[in-house]
Parts: sequence; structure tokens; C-alpha cells
Amino acid sequence: MEIFANALPALGDAWALILQPIVLGYLILGVTMGLAVGVFPGLGGIAGLSLLLPFMFGMEPVYGLALMVGMVAVVPTSDTFASVLMGIPGSSASQATVLDGFPMAKKGEAARALSAAFASSLFGGLVGALFLTAFILVARPIVLAFGLPEMLMITVLGLSMVAVLAGRVPLKGLAAAGLGMMVGTIGIADAGGSLRMASYDIPYLTDGLQLVIVGLGIFAIPEIVSLLRQDRSISENSNLGAGWLSGVKDWFDNIWLSVRCSLIGVLVGIIPGLGGSVVDWIAYGHTVQTTKDKSGFGKGNVRGVIGPESSNNAKEGGGLVPTLLFGIPGSGSMAIFIGAIALLGSGDIEVGPKMLKDNLDITYSIVWLLALANVFGTLMCIALSGGIARLTTIRFTYLAPFLFMLISFAAFQSGQSFEDLLALFAIGLVGIFLRRFDWSRPAFLIGFVLSNPVEKFSNQAFQIASFKFRRGFETGMDYLFSPIVIVLIVVTLISVVFGIRQAKAIMAEGDVQSGSKRAPVTFLLIITAYLVVALLNANAIPDFNMTDKIVPLVIGGISLACCLIVLVQMMRSPEGDVVFADKEVAGEDADAPYGLWSTLAWFAGLIAATWVVGFIIALVGFLITFLRVRAQAGWFKTLILTACGLGFICLMAGALNRDFPPGLLQGAVDMPWPLK
Amino acid sequence: MTLLKLSRRAALALTAAAGLAAPAMADVDFSGKTIEWVIPFSETGGSAKWANFFAPLLSEELPGNPTVVVKFMPGAGSTKGANWFQEQTEGDGTLLFGSSGSTQFPFLLDDPRVMYEYADWNAVMATGTGGVAYLNAEDGALFDGSANQLKDIPFIFGSQGATGLDLVPLLAWEMLGMNVEPVFGIKGRGDGRLMFERGEATIDYQTSSGYISGSMDLVDAGTAVPMMSWGALDENGMIVRDPTFPDLPSFKEVCEATEGCETSGPAWDAWKAFFIAGYPSQKIAFLPAGTPQDVIDTYNAAFEAVRARPDFKEIASQQVGEYPMFVGAGAQKATDEATTVSDEAKQFVLTWLKDAYGVELN
Repeated sequence: MEIFANALPALGDAWALILQPIVLGYLILGVTMGLAVGVFPGLGGIAGLSLLLPFMFGMEPVYGLALMVGMVAVVPTSDTFASVLMGIPGSSASQATVLDGFPMAKKGEAARALSAAFASSLFGGLVGALFLTAFILVARPIVLAFGLPEMLMITVLGLSMVAVLAGRVPLKGLAAAGLGMMVGTIGIADAGGSLRMASYDIPYLTDGLQLVIVGLGIFAIPEIVSLLRQDRSISENSNLGAGWLSGVKDWFDNIWLSVRCSLIGVLVGIIPGLGGSVVDWIAYGHTVQTTKDKSGFGKGNVRGVIGPESSNNAKEGGGLVPTLLFGIPGSGSMAIFIGAIALLGSGDIEVGPKMLKDNLDITYSIVWLLALANVFGTLMCIALSGGIARLTTIRFTYLAPFLFMLISFAAFQSGQSFEDLLALFAIGLVGIFLRRFDWSRPAFLIGFVLSNPVEKFSNQAFQIASFKFRRGFETGMDYLFSPIVIVLIVVTLISVVFGIRQAKAIMAEGDVQSGSKRAPVTFLLIITAYLVVALLNANAIPDFNMTDKIVPLVIGGISLACCLIVLVQMMRSPEGDVVFADKEVAGEDADAPYGLWSTLAWFAGLIAATWVVGFIIALVGFLITFLRVRAQAGWFKTLILTACGLGFICLMAGALNRDFPPGLLQGAVDMPWPLK
Repeated sequence: MTLLKLSRRAALALTAAAGLAAPAMADVDFSGKTIEWVIPFSETGGSAKWANFFAPLLSEELPGNPTVVVKFMPGAGSTKGANWFQEQTEGDGTLLFGSSGSTQFPFLLDDPRVMYEYADWNAVMATGTGGVAYLNAEDGALFDGSANQLKDIPFIFGSQGATGLDLVPLLAWEMLGMNVEPVFGIKGRGDGRLMFERGEATIDYQTSSGYISGSMDLVDAGTAVPMMSWGALDENGMIVRDPTFPDLPSFKEVCEATEGCETSGPAWDAWKAFFIAGYPSQKIAFLPAGTPQDVIDTYNAAFEAVRARPDFKEIASQQVGEYPMFVGAGAQKATDEATTVSDEAKQFVLTWLKDAYGVELN
């Protein structure tokens, strides 16, 4: 094939382009900026890239590419800091990392977890680039082989990971996933435009809830509140234990796992339309299934960090395939990337099918710039990790107010309205109770993330299949049950069967004691009530918009059935049965010196004050009061810390050109930034 | 970041400013100011690309060279950002808003979320686009300049929704008597093209830039057959062939050649009205209500200078296509055309949306 004959010279040209000192300089600049943005949860590559856009106009193409690729490449690396150290999923790429990374930090192994994660990221990025170098030449027909039924099956495979993460009572895990999916359907339906659990009177709800808010609410808020109640440091012992070298060694011991998860990352990444949302869960599920001793997962098994982290950087490379070959972005940051490429130079680089014919050298430059950026970014992260890991030894009461500040700001970026903060608080409450009563939070999040793809792909595949069936039974069957679909069905079935067997060993919430009936039953009844309302609401959608109601009806029905069975189980079981798991009965939450509501009231106070006087003024009051009253800090320390926090958030927001939530005061009086 | 500034462009800007930007400069000076250009979509859409392309050019031409930053306020199909803009009254020229066909259509169709009024705003610049419909190879062989032989074939079309820009092709195919079944819920026309390439969709359309960059290759490879462009408006408001695609018949020609398709009457008027609202003036930049005339004049002059850059045609061809860019009074006229349809046309479309797709907007 002619194209292979051109590949080697193009690869040589690409390296000649990359290895100029000025290009490497831009790459490192991009990496540094990406690191700064990536440690900020919820912003990710999109914010950083938008920041670079104004400079792209007319820039020498390879310089601009180096800058942008450097920035995009390190975000899935640097967001690991927030996931591991704080339990905050920094982006959708690092949700699964939280499951084992954060427990490791709590055990005092933060540095080890971080360096294992970074080594895996680096390796994943390199494997991805190597694979892509050959694969990108033949990728087009393979990408086109993934039609709607195939994408639906990959989504279902991702959903089947719920089986592994369902927890000790599988029905509760299933119901949690169903609840997540139902929450994911809130808003205007994509297909027919029907409203689901929303109203035009509350415009905020019509867009549905954003992943950033749900991720922060489900994972971050419950952990922050729990740690704050216990008034200790994240790490149980001040000695950080195993250092970064042992993390690298952990990775090396599991190198084949890392290879496999990297390939999973690239392969799922190349399918347009799926993006990063399923990759890390599939990688995590694969990791669990291929590990002999499963009891450590969810409690800080280093393999649970290595798997997802190997996949998420490789995925960025895979995401280049649809972006460059079809001009169809695999993710939000890739969409901006496409737009920015058109601004570069004289504008003659155009993503799309022509990339391989006319710009193969540029294509290879992008692939290997990405790999190089991974190397630089990872080295910087490893160098930083020892120091940053010390954050876990600080008394948490001094960290918490700044975390509330960060997650509020991050949440506000998703919709830029005050309701973002309310939604974060509401979802946070759901997260707190899911955690308390041992309902699988990962299952909820997987359900939420995959709700939209499941609905979209199943509706569209159904419509096209019915069209094919009209042409002939065989045409329809050929469409629905292609070889890829059949392989995926088999893999999914195996994964579910194995998953259910293993689920009992994996306790994502640790070993939760059981107590009296009242609280767990009340929570179950509230969930059931929500499901009933959501079902009635979906049922009220007129039948001609069947595409908008069928998925909520089916999923809601299944979840409701699960809830009712659990309810029966609860009625029959004696107190103290595993079904009544409740963290307030015994363990660290029950023994905490502070109560749930008084702790949560601080966060509620920040939100309420923001509503009145806007975020920055509210933050000043919040930080000072919190540090003085709750942390009992002296005036000097309080003022210094408050000034640092404010300075940091204003600097970040200013550099990224972001606003803060305004309050009633700002509506009445014109104020200068950052107060406005 | 100053190292990124290109002296070549600075020189060009100077020449342009000396020649053209002299009148109407009054006392408006944006030195040291930051201008926010609010886009009611996410960072990833076509409007983002559009604003990011114009922002640095505008910055060079405005007096005092202010920083022009693009801000994104997505939500509720762009009506959230537009509603927000309706309430802004900063008349000092530091706020600019970018609307698109997806903002114009809900306004025209009386979407309950719309609380904005185009007549209040001040248009300073508008750009348009065109669109091309194409068929798969097998069915395309039956296309002879009319849709007569296509009427019995069931087609599948990946659509973003019947109330957006896809309204124009869906109505066109319906008028031709074709049986096109839309599969709703895709995000972006690129996804529609991918569905077509996979053979799941059998008919597709792209706006001009998408057609040139993505679909023309399919035509060259013989896997797609172009059917028609939507056409373009001449000075008299008549639909003619799209100058970007002079070899393709316009929808009007195909309609005339097809039995049962009329180029007059309520259906045609409705199609034309929504075509004009969605394509020839698709993206418009506005200053808020109550902006003083000298600020408006300053912006008009700046966009005029952008348009007059000797390299504008070249650098714009990819971003905004080879379509006219309207400035000042021209932009205002384009806005009027894009935001007014007759009651008959509106009623026709609302009834058709309800009958064909069960969509009710009230």
C-alpha cells in the first residue's frame, strides 16, 4: 500500500519538526500551563485551550500544536492529584482512580499511589502513541465499522461494570445505577424535546445536570464532610510511608495489566461518540476481574489505580483518530483543538480525511508531541508528588474550607448560574446518604454517565434497525448482530457473571456495620418515592414521543422493582442484617466529634451568603469565620490563610478569564471584578 | 505571550487602519479595556469557532486595541444566553453577543423559553452560509435533477432536531415528496456525516464548510452523490444557485423539475422564510440595547476594516466560507430578514412540525 511507503519518511519529518528547541520550549510551556489548570478540579483541558485560542491565529503550525498538545496531554495526568489526595474526581477521566487512590491516601500511601498513577499514565501515553503510529493508517474502515449497535454494546459493557461495583447487596447496587440513570435523564430529551422531571419555569433543569456537579457531589462532598467531622488529617498516620519509588515499582510489577489497560484506552478512545466516559470504568472492571485477590479493591489496592490511569492517557491518543481523520471531536477539548488548528499558520491544515494524504507529517507530529508531553508532564508530576502528598498530613479542618471554595467554583463553571451551587449541594446530600447506607456510589455515577449514551444509541439503533428490517429480515439481523456486536455481547455476559460472583468481596465503602431499621428504610422509601414520581412523569409524555419515554420507563421500572424487593428484604430481615448497613452506627463517622448537619451547615452557609452578597465577599466571611470558629485558629493565621485562598482563586479565575457566582448585591450595585 | 504577536499582521493592520478606519472614530477609545464577546453555546460549537476567528481581528481594528475575549454561556439551546443578553444595558461597547440560527429559530417559532427581542439589539456584523444535500451512491443514481424517481425510497437522515436548522432540509425533502425518516438526537452535523459514512443514514446535508472539508471527499470517492444546494439570495431577494457551488442545482431548480413540488404558495413561502432566517445570515454579532450611536459606529468601522483586509478573503474562506459578510446597515438588514417571517409561514411550519413530528412548542 502506497500509504505505508509514505509513512516512514513522514515519521522522520515529524521527528525533525518536533525536535527543534523552540518546539520543545512551547511544548514545555503548554505542559506547565496544563498542569496548573489540571490540578483545578472541574476545569480540565477545555478551559485551558480556550485560553490559548486567541494566540493561535496565524501562529507557526508546529509551535501552536506543541503548545496545545502539551496542555491537553497533561490534564488527565495532573487531575490525578485531586482524585488521589482529596477524593475529588478532577475530570471524567479520573473517576475510577478515586476508588482506590483516595483510600491509599487515607492509609498514608499518597505518594505511592500518585507515583504509581503517574508511571501508569506515562506508560499508557507511550503505548498509545506507538499503537497509533501504525494504526492511524488503517483506522478509517475500523472506525466506520462501529455503528450504533456496536456503540450501544460498548456502552452496555461499561454499564455491566456495575455488577463488579454493586457492593454487598447486588440489588442495592443495581438500584443505585438505575437511580443514576434516571437522574441522567432529567431535562429536555435529546430526541423529541420532551421535558423529564423538569419545567420551563426552572430553565436550569431543562439542560439536565452536568457531570462535573454530579461527580463532585457524589464523591467529593461526602468525603470532605466525613473527614471534616472527624477532625483529623486525610492520612491516618503522619508518616507518609512508602514513597514514590515503591509506586513506580508497583507499576512495574503490574506492567502487563498496564499494557492491557492502555490498549483498552486507545481502542475505546478511537470510537467517536463515546469519549472518555466509559474508558476508566471498563479498565477498572478489567483490573478487578484479572486480579486474584479481590478483597483489597475499594480499600486501596494499587492495581485499582494502575488500571484506570494506564487507560486514560492512552485514551487521549485514541481520541485523536476521530478528531484528525474525520474531523469529529472525540471530546470537548478535541472540538476546540479542531477549531484552533484551522487558525494556525495560513489555515491550510484541515482536519479530516485529507490529514493522512496531505499532512501525514503533521499527524505524526501531533501523535508524538502527545507522547512527549506525557513524558514531560509525568516527570514534573512525579517531582511534585512528594511535596503535594504532604497535604494529606495537614489537619483536615484547615483544608476543608479551601476545598469547599474549589468545588463551588468548579461547579459554577459548568452552568455559570447560582443554581449550579444548589445542584451541587443537593447532589452532595444524595451522595452523603448513598455513602452512609452503603449504596454503591460508583454504580450511581456509572449509571449517570452512561444514561445519555444508552438512551441515544438504543433509540437510534432501534430506528435504523426497524428501517433495515423493513427491507428484509436478513438485512436487519446483519445490521444488529454484526460480528463485533456478538463479541461484545459475549464479553459483557462474561463480565456480568464474573462480576456478580466477585462483587461481595469488593467493598467500595469499606466494611460498614449494620444497625437499626429506621434510617435505612426511610432512605429507601425516599428513593422509591422519587422513582415513582419520575415514572409517572415519564409516563405522561405523549406516545408519539415514544423515544423520549421508553428508556426512563424501562430503567425506572427496573430500579423500582429492585427497590421494592429490597424493601421486602428489609421487612423480613432482623435488625443488624447486612441490608441495613449504616455508617452512623459504628466506625469513624459514628465516632466523629462533629455531627453531620452542623458540618454541612458551613457549606450551606457559604452558598446562602453567595446568594446574597456574591461569591467572593461570601468567601471572605466564610473563610474567616470557619478558621476562627471551627478551626480555632489565631487571627494572624486566619488572615494569612484567607488572603492566600482568595489570592489563589482570583489568580486562577483571572488567568482563565472566569467569573464568580454573583448574588443579590451584585444585581443591585455595579461592582468591579472579582466582586461582580 | 507577546512573542506570539506577528509583526506581519501588525503591519497589515496599520495599512488597513490608515486607509479605511479613518471616519466615525469620534472619541470612543477602548485602550486598556477588555471586551467580552458572549457566545450562548459551548466552547465546542461552530459559533465558538466563528467568534474566536473574529476576536483577534476585531481587537486589531478597534481604537485602543482592547483585549477581546470570547465567553461562553451555553444553556437551553442558546436561549439562556440570549435571555441574559436581553437584560444587559452596558452601553459602553465592552459587551458583544453572538447569535446563531439556533437562537433565531426558537424566536421565530415562539418557543416558550424565549424572552429576548431582536428588535432591541444593535447588529454590527453578520455572516452567512449555505448548505448542500447529498445521497448515497445507490439511490443517487436515480437522481436526474428531479426527485421524481426518489419518491418511493425510504431514506434515513441523522438529525439534530426538527426545530433547528434541520427544519430547512426536512421541509425541502417533504416538499419534494420524498420519504425521509429523521433519526433525532445526534449532536452536530459531523455526527450526521459519520452516520452516513457508516451506511446507517442514506441521505445527509452539511453546511458549506462541512461539505467542503468532509463530504466532498465522499463525492470524489463515488460514495456520495450531491443532490442540491439550498441556493443563495440575489440582490432582489430571489433564490439563485449558490456561488460557492455553481455546478449544483439549487433546491428551487430541483423543486421546479419535480412533479408536485411548487415554488409558490404557503409551503414554498415558509421554506424560503426559514431558509433566509437560518442560512444567509446565520451568525450575527450584536451590541446591547441602548448602546450610543458613536459606539455602534466605531464597531461598524472596525468590522468594515476587518472585511477590507487584503488577506481577509483568504483567511476567512475556511472559517466563514465564501459568503458575504455584512457590516453596519447591511448587518441590520440581514438581521431583519433573519428574524421576521410572515404569520402564514410561521403557522405553516408550526402545523407541519406538529403533524409530521408531534412537536409542539407551546
